[in-house]
Amino acid sequence: MSPAAFPASAAIAGVYEHPSRFSPNKTEFQIMAECAKGALDDAGLTRSDVDGLFGASMSMGLMGIVDLAEYLDLRPDYMDGTNIGGSSFVAHVTHAAAAIHAGLCEVALILYGSTAASNSMAIGTGGSGGSRNPDTAFSSPYGMTTVGSYAMYANLHMNTYGTTSEQLAEIAVTMRRHASLNPHAKMRSPISTEDVLGSRMISRPLHLLDCCIISDGGGAIVLTSAERARDLPKPPVRILGCGEAVQHQGVGRTDLLTIAAKQSGQNAFDMAQVQRSDIDFAMIYDSFTITVLATLENLGFCEPGEGGNFVSQGGISLDGILPVNPDGGGLSSNHPGMRGIFLVIEAVKQLRQECGERQVSNPEIALAHGTGGTIGDKHSGATLILGVDK
Amino acid sequence: MSEIKHPLPYASWESRGFWEGAGRGDLVLQQCRKCGLVQHRPRGLCAHCLESDNLQHFVASGKGEVYTFTVTEQNQAKGFAEACPYVMAYVTLEEGPRILTVITDCAPDEVSVGAPVSASFVAQDRDDGERFAVPVFRLD
Repeated sequence: MSPAAFPASAAIAGVYEHPSRFSPNKTEFQIMAECAKGALDDAGLTRSDVDGLFGASMSMGLMGIVDLAEYLDLRPDYMDGTNIGGSSFVAHVTHAAAAIHAGLCEVALILYGSTAASNSMAIGTGGSGGSRNPDTAFSSPYGMTTVGSYAMYANLHMNTYGTTSEQLAEIAVTMRRHASLNPHAKMRSPISTEDVLGSRMISRPLHLLDCCIISDGGGAIVLTSAERARDLPKPPVRILGCGEAVQHQGVGRTDLLTIAAKQSGQNAFDMAQVQRSDIDFAMIYDSFTITVLATLENLGFCEPGEGGNFVSQGGISLDGILPVNPDGGGLSSNHPGMRGIFLVIEAVKQLRQECGERQVSNPEIALAHGTGGTIGDKHSGATLILGVDK
Repeated sequence: MSEIKHPLPYASWESRGFWEGAGRGDLVLQQCRKCGLVQHRPRGLCAHCLESDNLQHFVASGKGEVYTFTVTEQNQAKGFAEACPYVMAYVTLEEGPRILTVITDCAPDEVSVGAPVSASFVAQDRDDGERFAVPVFRLD
C-alpha cells in the first residue's frame, strides 16, 4: 500500500478541553501543561512521545514556543509558534499534519492556555489608547475597539442586505440553548431574543449579548500519523481538507464583507472533495453574533445576504440543517481570549460521539473555522474539514 | 459626553507625510507615479511595485462618503471613554482608498451609510514644536 496523501496521512489522536472557566491561581503555562496531560492521556501517549510542539497564547512573546518547551522540559524535533490570532490553533493542526506528513515529527502536541478572565482583561472594549505601535498608528487615534470593528461589519451587512438585530440575536439565543446542554459551559441559563435586544448597547448595532463572554481556560490536541493513530485507544479523526487565508485593508480598497473564510474555506472544500451539504455540523468562531453570520456566508453555506434568514429559520440549531457550535461557543461556553483550539476539540469529540445531551446525531464530517483578529480591520482565517476514519 | 481626546499619533518616517500634512490642514495621500496606485495607509514604497523611487505625496480633496460606521457606546480607553457615544467610521475617499476615522460635530443618529463627508482637523499639542493634527470627518 502506498503512503497516504496529505492531509489524510495525519490524524487527531487525542484532545482535551480544560473544564475550568476561572483559574485565578494558575498560570497560562500551567493550564497548558494540564491540558497536555489530558490530551496525551486521551491519545494513550505520554510526554516522552511528543516530538513536535505547537502553541500560541495572549502573552507568549517572541520566543514563546521556546519558553513553553522549557516549561514542559521538552526537546522537540519540530516547533511552531505561529500566532495569527484566535484561529492559530486551527492552523496549527494543518501545520502539524504537514510536519507529520513530511516526516519532521511523529507526535505533535498543540497547546493553548489563558487566564483572560482572572486577569480582568478587557478584550473587546479595551483597545486603542495611545499606541506607539506603527501597526495601529492609523487605528488608535480613532478609538478602534474589537467590538467596534465587528459592529462596522454588522452595520454594513444590515445596510447592504437588510439583516436585522433580531436575526443576529437568534445566534446568541441558539448558542445559549446549546450551552445549557454542556455541563462545563460558563453561561447556561436560557435567554430570549428580547434579552439580547434589551441588553446594553456596546457598539451599535452590537449589544452586550451579541458579544462573546470572557473566561479562563485552555486546551490541547495531539496528532500523529494516521497509521499510528489506528493503534491508539480513541478512534482517529481524519483531516480531509484545510486552508488558511488573511484579509486586511490592503492599500485601502477592501470589500469589508468578504472575509478570509471565503478563501480558506474554498481551499479546504477543494482539497476535501466534499460539498457544503456533506458537512454534518460546523464549529464556527463566534467572537460576536455577526462573526457566525459572516462566516456562514463566506464559507458558502448560504448566499451573501442570506445568513440572516439561515439563522432565523433555525439553520444552526442542534436539530437544524447545519448545527453550529453544539458546545455553546464563545458566546456562552468559554472564550479565554483565543478560542480556535476549542473549535477543533469539540469537533473531534462530536465525531467520536462523546458529547452526551449535546451530541449531534451520527456525524461523519465536520468543519471548523477560526477567525483571528477583527473582520472590520484585519484578520486571519483557518478552515479544517474533519471526518471519522473509514 | 465630552470631545474625544485623540492620542498623539505615532508617526514613523513612512507616515510623517500624512501626519505633517494633517498639521497643515491637508489630507495627504501617496501615489505611485509608475503604476498609478493611490495607497492608504502610507508606506515607504509602493506596495505593488515594491519601489520607493516613484512614490509621491499629494493633497487629496478631503471629500468622501461614509462606507460604514458604528456608534461606540463603550470604550474603556482614556480619551474615548469620556466621549462615548462617538461615531467611528470608514470613509471612502474620492481618490479611492478607505480611511478609518471618526465623524464629529453631529448627533450619532444623523450619520448614515453613503452620507457625504469632508475632512476636518483636530490639532495635537506636541512639545517639540512640530504641528500635528488628527484628520476627522464632518457631514456635509
